[in-house]
Amino acid sequence: MPYDYKPFPFVTPPGLTAPEPRHPVVIVGAGPIGLAAALELANHGVRSVVLDDNNVVSVGSRAICWSKRSLEILDRLGVGAACVEKGVVWKVGRTYHRDREVFNFDLLPEPGHRMPAFVNLQQYYVEEYLAAKALASDLIDLRFKNRVTGVSQAADGARVEIETPEGSYTLEAGYVLACDGAKSPIRAMLGLEFQGVLFEERFLIADIEMEADFPSERRFWFEPEFHQGQSALLHKQPDNIYRIDLQLGWDTDPAEENRPEKIIPRIEKVVGHGRFKLDWHSIYTFQCRRLDRFVHGRVIFVGDSAHVVSPFGARGGNGGLQDVDALGWRLAAVVKGAAPAAILQRYDLERCHGADENILNSSRSTRFMSPSDGAERWFRDATLALAGHAEFARPMVNSGRLSVPCVYPLSDAPDVAGMPLSARPGAVAPDAPLGNDWLLSGLGGEMVVLAIGKPAPEGLVVRAVEVAVMPEVKARYLGDADSALYLIRPDQIVAARWERAEDGVIDALVAAIWEGRA
Amino acid sequence: MSLVTKRNLADQDGAYAALIGAHKGLSDAESTAFNARLILILMNHIGDQAVIGEALALAKASGGRVAG
Repeated sequence: MPYDYKPFPFVTPPGLTAPEPRHPVVIVGAGPIGLAAALELANHGVRSVVLDDNNVVSVGSRAICWSKRSLEILDRLGVGAACVEKGVVWKVGRTYHRDREVFNFDLLPEPGHRMPAFVNLQQYYVEEYLAAKALASDLIDLRFKNRVTGVSQAADGARVEIETPEGSYTLEAGYVLACDGAKSPIRAMLGLEFQGVLFEERFLIADIEMEADFPSERRFWFEPEFHQGQSALLHKQPDNIYRIDLQLGWDTDPAEENRPEKIIPRIEKVVGHGRFKLDWHSIYTFQCRRLDRFVHGRVIFVGDSAHVVSPFGARGGNGGLQDVDALGWRLAAVVKGAAPAAILQRYDLERCHGADENILNSSRSTRFMSPSDGAERWFRDATLALAGHAEFARPMVNSGRLSVPCVYPLSDAPDVAGMPLSARPGAVAPDAPLGNDWLLSGLGGEMVVLAIGKPAPEGLVVRAVEVAVMPEVKARYLGDADSALYLIRPDQIVAARWERAEDGVIDALVAAIWEGRA
Repeated sequence: MSLVTKRNLADQDGAYAALIGAHKGLSDAESTAFNARLILILMNHIGDQAVIGEALALAKASGGRVAG
């Protein structure tokens, strides 16, 4: 079934009749990132106005692979369960050279996690669920058919010019979040430019509706018989929709290749028959680029407006949600006067780090799929040839390294040598089952001390959560140690860990984090 | 471990002949592809990225490519 787009109503904004009071946060763009940002701020008690130039959810499936970490974030925003229930759960990827499988990977080989490694779910569903939550929130004012035409800023805030079907108005905002996508008009309004690499490669992306019982796995082909020596990807989505990506090369004419008469015969070769309906299609180029900085005074870039990567690593939508995760608690504290604006520089630092890691992985995958002539192609082809004969070459075959959250560089953070690397400072606190509940669910969205196998020190400035030493908790948090204290940030990042913490050490670090010093 | 640059093969002449022999009858393109596979195999066998880095630097420095 193709998706049934239901337009959201345009509601006359109050600003058209009288100036509105200043808003703490104005979010531009009601895509997954803008909506998630609004919900995250609302979780922290902060109001926002969300402006979108359109009045429907994403046209086309666009971002479809939502990672475990994204599902954990979406869960905190109230839509994680809906996404998992509707989505196609998968964890295994298979890579083929011609007709032979050369490599496969399992993204979540161990049990004891609440969320699966990935679900495939069309972006329009994720937006639908997030929009429903946002519309139901007293703290979120979601305005469709409100197009931003100008942004200017002063030291203490920003002004946003808006055009609607009934006229134009202005909003005053403490902060503006530019969640307006890869082609961000706000980026252009501020005269900012992306830096990085644009690859000379084009892919056709198509959704087809088809009755089939293909496995819930990611399948990628190098040089398949059915696509003349190029690359191809097949991915299953809900509602009998399949995503197909086909490499086209740089010499093809994008307008010509984007015609259904041209696309349908190509897809017939992939699936082996013509019993499908073309649901959506587009042509895209590969780019790995980002802004130099994401925080520009009172305007903060979040998601694709700040950084873009080639697909095949699921690092676009998932990277954007991690931006939201790193920004929400900090911006909420600034707006409430509980933290200085300096704390926002930590968002900039951490997410530039995350974007660089995504760009690095994505660039490497792109180069492997689309090597330049000469040595790069010789080694690519050598790797594919060896993969059928030698085990070491199989993991070198790079059809995309799928999104895992980066570890933030918290180099000064207290740490204990020998404790598991998976829970080192800067990493997302690993989930683990706790009887009928889950460790991450118990953390909430605040700073907490996790006391494992021992009572928490008394009189801390933050809430303490005491956890028994269950097998998964021991494996993921303790290793050979008998007990530990972990300081976990509101975005569920491990801030520090100790075997024994002297009086005042934890409180001092908590203060440093809120002051943007750690 | 650092890169071994002193003599390390007992039968150097034999190893050299085996390398040349493996390329016998190959076109330039086939030789290039063969070398690429061989380098990947040896690189994995070495298994030490610092050593590989030294080898890359030595190969680069000894290339004698005329600038311009």
